[in-house]
Amino acid sequence: MDAISTEGLTKHFSVGFWRPRPYLALEDLTLQVGVGEVFGCLGPNGAGKTTTLKLLMQLIYPTSGRAEILGRPVGDVEVKRRIGYLPENPYFYDYLSAEELLEYFSALFGHPPAERRRRTSALLDEVGIAAERRLPLRKFSKGMLQRVGIAQALINEPDVVFLDEPMSGLDPLGRREIRELILRLRDRGCTVFFSSHVLSDAEALCSRVAILANGRLVSEGRLSDMLAFRIRGWELVVSGLTDAALERVRSSAGVLGATRLGPERYALDLPLTVPPERLLAELVATGAALVSLNPLRDTLEDVFVREVAAAPAARGLEGARG
Amino acid sequence: MRAVGHIAVNVFKESVRDKVLYSIVAFAVMLIAVSYLLGQLTAGQDLKIIKDLGLASIATFGLLIAVFIGIGLVWKEVERRSIYGLLTKPIRRWEFILGKYAGLMLTLLVNVSVMTAAFYAVLAYQGWGVDALARQAWPAPPMDPALLAAIALIFVELMLVTAIALFFSTFSSPFLSAVLTLGLWVIGHFNADLRNFENVLESRAAAWLARGLYYVLPNFDAFDIKAQVVHGQHVAASYIGLSMLYGAVYMALVLTGAVAIFARRDFK
Repeated sequence: MDAISTEGLTKHFSVGFWRPRPYLALEDLTLQVGVGEVFGCLGPNGAGKTTTLKLLMQLIYPTSGRAEILGRPVGDVEVKRRIGYLPENPYFYDYLSAEELLEYFSALFGHPPAERRRRTSALLDEVGIAAERRLPLRKFSKGMLQRVGIAQALINEPDVVFLDEPMSGLDPLGRREIRELILRLRDRGCTVFFSSHVLSDAEALCSRVAILANGRLVSEGRLSDMLAFRIRGWELVVSGLTDAALERVRSSAGVLGATRLGPERYALDLPLTVPPERLLAELVATGAALVSLNPLRDTLEDVFVREVAAAPAARGLEGARG
Repeated sequence: MRAVGHIAVNVFKESVRDKVLYSIVAFAVMLIAVSYLLGQLTAGQDLKIIKDLGLASIATFGLLIAVFIGIGLVWKEVERRSIYGLLTKPIRRWEFILGKYAGLMLTLLVNVSVMTAAFYAVLAYQGWGVDALARQAWPAPPMDPALLAAIALIFVELMLVTAIALFFSTFSSPFLSAVLTLGLWVIGHFNADLRNFENVLESRAAAWLARGLYYVLPNFDAFDIKAQVVHGQHVAASYIGLSMLYGAVYMALVLTGAVAIFARRDFK
């Protein structure tokens, strides 16, 4: 059983009052997320990430297609008992304190009062706002609200957590803490589905990613597969390379660039079309020595930019998409 | 159903922490107290003035609370996006609507109780030390229990107004909800006239329309026994019971409509 599965999930909105036109927010999304995975839903602003999350949370209804969480239809109360959700830019009742909010949400899960207090206290410690527990939420900064949002998503010790832009509003230290928290969740066996347009977060956390653009899934797979098989060249690090030898090699072997690392020590970039062995033979002949030979792989950013640029334009696009 | 209780308590907590609500209730209590002074200016009508003003204050300020909190109950959650966190907890959408409604009922109950206590305090003071001869001139005793029946029906009316405000709040803005709710409240107080229209209208279609509207629109006059109670006239228990039943059925229909609309809504 998958933790999350969608099949042909589609959402169109109507825009315009007098003459409503369909507006494609998400088209034919089919994906599966296994239990215990950290899955990243990536895409530029307006790609359909938040729409996907809202469909999975049944905050909006699909135009067509279906979605299941833990083998049951989304929106099922039994499913809701086992999931947690952090909305994008969360807002909570500002007349409550963080402690009251968490105890309220805990009560909705049917936890007895002592259990509510225990969970609330532990979570406030975990997200680093224990000192502000009795402060009204109206006095909280954006980053502190984000931490409260993460705490409330975990109040039921969920099996699957959905986080919409979890790093938003956090300072570098906060981002690192949340990254560590997500990894702890993964280690506990919790499935994490998160949306982000910050690729470094996805690279640090995800086992698999989906890239959305213009409401469509343009790429999906294991991060290691996406990056490992896209070698775009070679990097040779050599020592004992004189300036004269460098010029000769540059002109003959098609070296794309040379970065000086130290005295007579260079990193040479080769395109994929040039076999590194040939250049290496030339270099050795000039008296240089090989320090290392590394394949140059795409970063997630390279993959992201390429996939998004190649994505077909969406139909009937109007305004901003979530 | 447990979720309904938790949501209701949270709505009540929000109301308790809202300073505007305190101001409304404080003003109502002050007005009830002032009714005593106004009563002193009128010869022989003092008790009637106090009862008239007291009941009118409870009805008017109750209406203000019902409408102005009711119209924002759902809208505020959607607009501020706090609904995202709540609806993804193990609750059903109808539990959310009923919880919100029950919370406002609890708020209204407390506020109407405070105003009633102030009202009875003024009445008790008015009746204190008055000789038997003067008492005989009054159509009803100061601490007349029938006043409680009038207040109970005011409360049923407020429950219905709240349900209507909540209904509009599930799909429209607070301003439009307020206009529509207050509009219905005004029409609902002239509902009986619609029934008489068929006697003066020549067009059969217009007469049927008037009759149809009479049955469809809420009849708020059914809950108004203030004049009878103030003048010491007997109001049959069966009338009070039927009015309450009418209110309960209408309320259930309106809340069912609110749930049906809310259950299909997308929260973009």
